[in-house]
Amino acid sequence: MAQVPNKNNRLFEIFAATPTRIAVSLIVPVVTFLVLQWSFIFMRDSEASKFLIGIVALTIGVGGVWVLFAATNNLVSLLPTRMRDLLRPFVFVGPAVAILLFYIIFPALRTIYLSFMNRTSTEFVGLRNYEFVFTDPQMLIILRNTLLWVLIVPFVAVAMGLLIAVMTDRLKPGWEKIVKSLIFLPMAISFVGASVIWRFVYYYQPAGYEQIGLLNAIVTAFGGEPVAWLINRPWNNFFLLFIMIWLQTGFAMVIQSAAVKGVPSSLLEAARIDGAGEIRIFFNVTIPYIKGTILTVMTTILFMVLKIFDIVYVMTSGNYDTGIVASRMYKEAFIYRNFGRGSALAVFLFIVVIPFMIRNITQMRENRR
Amino acid sequence: MSDTTMETPQVTINKPPASVKVQRILKGVPMRLVLLAIILIWVVPILGLLVSSFRTPEAINNTGWWTVFGSLFTAEWTLSNYISVLYADFMGLAFLNSVLVTIPSTVIPITIAAFAAYAIAWMDFPGREAIFVIIVGLLVVPLQMALIPVLKIYTANQLNGTYLGIWLAHTGFGLPLATYLLFGYISGIPKEIIESAHADGATPWMSFTRLVLPLSKPAIASFAIFQFLWVWNDLLVALVFLGTKKENALVTTRLAEMVGSRGQDWHVLTSGAFLTMIMPLIIFFSLQRYFVRGMMAGSVKG
Repeated sequence: MAQVPNKNNRLFEIFAATPTRIAVSLIVPVVTFLVLQWSFIFMRDSEASKFLIGIVALTIGVGGVWVLFAATNNLVSLLPTRMRDLLRPFVFVGPAVAILLFYIIFPALRTIYLSFMNRTSTEFVGLRNYEFVFTDPQMLIILRNTLLWVLIVPFVAVAMGLLIAVMTDRLKPGWEKIVKSLIFLPMAISFVGASVIWRFVYYYQPAGYEQIGLLNAIVTAFGGEPVAWLINRPWNNFFLLFIMIWLQTGFAMVIQSAAVKGVPSSLLEAARIDGAGEIRIFFNVTIPYIKGTILTVMTTILFMVLKIFDIVYVMTSGNYDTGIVASRMYKEAFIYRNFGRGSALAVFLFIVVIPFMIRNITQMRENRR
Repeated sequence: MSDTTMETPQVTINKPPASVKVQRILKGVPMRLVLLAIILIWVVPILGLLVSSFRTPEAINNTGWWTVFGSLFTAEWTLSNYISVLYADFMGLAFLNSVLVTIPSTVIPITIAAFAAYAIAWMDFPGREAIFVIIVGLLVVPLQMALIPVLKIYTANQLNGTYLGIWLAHTGFGLPLATYLLFGYISGIPKEIIESAHADGATPWMSFTRLVLPLSKPAIASFAIFQFLWVWNDLLVALVFLGTKKENALVTTRLAEMVGSRGQDWHVLTSGAFLTMIMPLIIFFSLQRYFVRGMMAGSVKG
């Protein structure tokens, strides 16, 4: 392959390269898709046993993607050196680009378009779906609830996480590890599972019946009347969002714990010599020092809260004035089948995250410079 | 208690450490009490679920689960809730479905992302910078933005309710994060290593599969754990693309459906919920270090 290309040959390659490159960057995704489509027909239409389909599914799902890469890579290797070097990057990056286009970029643009259409996407309705989002009485309650979630959950989870991080920092290392594991444990549990756990805690029986829900048992043990935690508005919202706090505190704790341990001990010693108490040191030394981390954790949790729909869906289906934007989006789009309103609600979520998107990109560009 | 601190200095002036020690212990008490209360709030609800799942339906409905601690050995324990939820409520089938959905939905995005990350980090091609900027931008795009159009395409092409459909959906939604994380790791591999491999005649394919992939194991493991748990615990994507039909349902959709249809039947809800959690809990306890890293890395997912 160490031939010295003559002038004509090189010219040809330069002319051929650009269109071919474009062609391959298109062909690779198409081939990817066709082969996968062929294999799935078996799984969809086959009457074979679940177990057999399972084995085929795992083989194709796991192995298929590797076969595709290897095949296209070998195909490109057959080409002359120069073309090969030009095309190979697209063999590697092409499938990712195709999937991002097909699953995120095009759909997102189409969702924006659909948000200006009616429920069946057949007629242009202008801003009517957005008018619904911001003026419908039910939607106003949903916006209020979303605001509650977004303001309370990140703040409380971060505060609790920081508190636990600082307190466990003073324990013996063995204890510290155990306590942290227990607080982090809910991160492994699905939102659905967590919802069942807390539905059981909040379970309500009318007065006079045996309370098998822990919270009402405690209330009645102190002589109180049992409370329907999930129905009494507006307080039911707080019992729902507490589940999210319960799930996210572990996350906030782990990250802030690392930051707390990073505060220089000389700084703490100096404050102690100046006679500051532990609580003052916490507010005047530790918190200012880890401010950056606190903000990052808060925005991260804010994102998660914005998009979470599972808890509301399982606990109340958004009844009793407990809906939030993400849960209503699911309801509008996939239960009422109103694609216009569903899309408008999705766009609402998207608009909220745009500033963070821009910040991420500019930050990334600065870092790479 | 406060008497001790006041009296000790009077007994002997030469022993201040005793009072300091008592003071320090006393100072630690409120902190420990707060910590204990928090731990109880975090653990007791899970414990209640676990204990109840082994009690008979009558026992669950007639007495609080905490009463068993008065009669640990005389109480009537049973496994029948698990048997009934596994077979009569199709949780066993859902478990199998979840495995079949989750494993490819983890492997496919990692593979595609690793190839892409390698290309962006170590190959030269036009549009490389632009692709990376777009990936960073896509990190935070809410999943909700894609659901309706993808569902429309799936319905038109009979992809709805198929394994392939949901694998690819999870691949698409997990890909920006996977590529971003793996790029961060793969681009950090020392230049000399890659270059010397090429000087020795390794093709890009060889240097990727034999050098870069093995070196990236920690990053791949962290993301794999995150993506596995994300897919296993996901409800939204499964509801939209697989639905709640019994043959298709995953553990999450099955459990959510049971809450709707059998919301008072705590014997199946508690055992069902615990079955959905077994897989994540095993991973949590066996791979805790990777688990924490993976959850940290994945927290930015859109």
